[in-house]
Amino acid sequence: MTVKDHHEDHPADMDDAAPGQEAVNVREPVGGLQGYVIGFGLAILLTIASFAVVQTELVYGPAVVSALVVLAIAQMGVHLVFFLHLTTGPDNTNNVLALAFGIFIVVLVVLGSIWIMSHLNHAMMPLHDPRPAGG
Amino acid sequence: MLGKLDWSAIPIEEPIPLFAALVVFLGMVGVLGWITSRGWWPYLWREWITSVDHKRIGVMYIVLAALMLLRGFVDAIMMRTHQTATLFGEGYLPPDHYDQIFSAHGTIMIFFASMPFMIGLMNFVVPLQLGVRDVAFPTLNSVGFWLTASGALLVNMSLVIGEFARTGWLPYAPLSELEYSPGVGVDYYLWAIQISGVGTLVTGVNLVTTILKMRAPGMGYLRMPIFCWTSLASCMLIVAAFPILTATLAMLTLDRYLDFHFFTNDGGGNPMMFVNLIWAWGHPEVYILVLPAFGLFSEIFSTFSSKPLFGYRSMVAATLFICVVSFTVWLHHFFTMGAGANVNAAFGIATSVIAVGTGVKIYNWMFTMYGGRIRFDTPMLWAMGFITTFTVGGMTGVLLAVPAADFVLHNSMFLVAHFHNVIISGVLFGAFAGFTFWFPKAFGFRLHEGWGKAAFWFTLAGFILVFAPLYLVGLQGMTRRLQNIPVDGWAPSLFVALAGVGVMIVGAACQIVQLVVSIRRRDSLRDETGDPWDGRSLEWSTPSPPPAFNFARLPHVEDEEPYWSVKQRAIEGQPPEVPVSYEPIEMPKNSPTGFVSAFFATLIGFALIWHIWWLALLGLAGAYATFVVFAWRDEAEYEIPAAEVERVDRARLETRQAWYRRREEAA
Repeated sequence: MTVKDHHEDHPADMDDAAPGQEAVNVREPVGGLQGYVIGFGLAILLTIASFAVVQTELVYGPAVVSALVVLAIAQMGVHLVFFLHLTTGPDNTNNVLALAFGIFIVVLVVLGSIWIMSHLNHAMMPLHDPRPAGG
Repeated sequence: MLGKLDWSAIPIEEPIPLFAALVVFLGMVGVLGWITSRGWWPYLWREWITSVDHKRIGVMYIVLAALMLLRGFVDAIMMRTHQTATLFGEGYLPPDHYDQIFSAHGTIMIFFASMPFMIGLMNFVVPLQLGVRDVAFPTLNSVGFWLTASGALLVNMSLVIGEFARTGWLPYAPLSELEYSPGVGVDYYLWAIQISGVGTLVTGVNLVTTILKMRAPGMGYLRMPIFCWTSLASCMLIVAAFPILTATLAMLTLDRYLDFHFFTNDGGGNPMMFVNLIWAWGHPEVYILVLPAFGLFSEIFSTFSSKPLFGYRSMVAATLFICVVSFTVWLHHFFTMGAGANVNAAFGIATSVIAVGTGVKIYNWMFTMYGGRIRFDTPMLWAMGFITTFTVGGMTGVLLAVPAADFVLHNSMFLVAHFHNVIISGVLFGAFAGFTFWFPKAFGFRLHEGWGKAAFWFTLAGFILVFAPLYLVGLQGMTRRLQNIPVDGWAPSLFVALAGVGVMIVGAACQIVQLVVSIRRRDSLRDETGDPWDGRSLEWSTPSPPPAFNFARLPHVEDEEPYWSVKQRAIEGQPPEVPVSYEPIEMPKNSPTGFVSAFFATLIGFALIWHIWWLALLGLAGAYATFVVFAWRDEAEYEIPAAEVERVDRARLETRQAWYRRREEAA
């Protein structure tokens, strides 16, 4: 909370700022162009890593899916921090709450669906599908 | 050249839709001709069609909703009369047409009547209650409205050109897949809902931003009127749930257009996944509809009981509780699809638990009335009709939440009666209550009380007469969506329901007469103070109708009922705060962006339905060009001079002072 915003005539509401309000990203690790470049680099790196996991034999076969999930979540994290300027500062309360609500709903719907669908599939008669189960 | 479209798309051999379409078409030509002969087009274009004023957009939403409500009501009348007629013979609707009617009834009532009505009320009221001058993104607001209108237009086009879906209001796979529904009906559904869904989503984003970021100085979260809270919760649900609908329907679209296999029977698809996903949106959707209604009923109970709302904070908590828990109950729509006992029990319990939130609200409303000086004006009658009938509907809902009972009642008329019982008394009564309550604010004159009360009593009586026997006949085993009814034992109930429809028609006629009579007698019904109901929140501090800028100066809020406190201070004899000087106000300029982009969206939708690919590309290019033109605009705002602001505000203070003087003389 040391750096005040740069616009003297428009004092920003420090408790309530929108993503991208550059002036108030006090708690960001790196700001400005440098931040975008680092974010871009990380995003590219994670994308290449995802392709590498699938295309090469670097990762143990059955673990590929888990690795992709981890890389995808990391990718989201990079976007949130470097491009959407999400911080833990008090100016970001709304944004953090919105993110928490979104994650909560996604978790509810995804886990609920997996639970429901696994029950439904278990109760189904075997289908005449030539491919192995779970396809 | 025209894809699948040719002359066979016009249903020449079916007289009913053709006749209906002819009536609608002649009506439209008549209205357009009347506007042209009066020379109103320039006015309509400048002041309404291109308007980005949240109040005007709210009014247009409600006009659209009222028209679609009539269309959906006509479908309902046809279903009830046809079903009763089949007790004696064949009825008058062939199965193919009957299936389209019940699908169109549900689709129109939910997406194009209830949603626009609630969004219209939120649009009109929320910025006024928050004490601000507009929503966060005014042009986006206009885009949202016109996209909704575009979807409604597509659904109604299907009446004459081609056909509508025969799949029910939610196009369950695999019935909605190409294999079983090869016609354009499901495509009409898909594109109409997708286009209007984008409109709903941007409106949701807009209102969430407005409420979180743009309140009058001093209005903390716990000083917001309860309607703003429920609007916030409803719009948060829109933002969270509508993407699920969009994605699900997009997958169905891919199945139908590009031979994908998300929900097909073959190729590894899973139709049960469609049912699962569509209800993950569908259950939050019912709370999207009913939460704003809960909010406006709270305002009405408090205003007409002349008391502050009982348990304001518990009301906020209950609203947010419902907002979150509404995402944990969706399986109760398909208990019978074959999930095991654990899953059914968990969702059954969650369903019963969500009723607790609503229960808290009902007690709060009763305690708000308790000990108050209740005035039985029309909005209060709708609210009291709501609280009694909604409780019955809620209790049958808790009954259906028991999985074992649901196995007996699933897809029966009991279910149909249950959800009509909650949606009509919750959303529709809410819409009418809000309409009567805020009409004077929007137009400067009140609605005629006598006709309003008649409309209420006929609608209430008809509503009970229709749906009480449908509960009964559902318990006797009648399933929903029957085109032919071979059981004489159900006849008595169906006759009573038919009589109820007749009473509801009288109710609807009273509403129309009420509007006509009120417009004709507007001078004697004039609302001069801007506060016709002795209101408590900030919208009543503005003149009726409010000026484009709503507030000459943003009000300073110090408690939960800012306008009530202002009035109390004035009554105690404190002089009003009269601003010494006024400043010019900048307001967003009107823009045809919304109308033009919706025009192109309609082209895209129509082209994709009929596989006219060049037209779809043309529409896409047009929509993108509209966006670019808007993004490159030079001036986004215009200035209202300080003198004009001062004139409006002085006039407002003048009438307010006159009201206090009259009040003192009377006392």
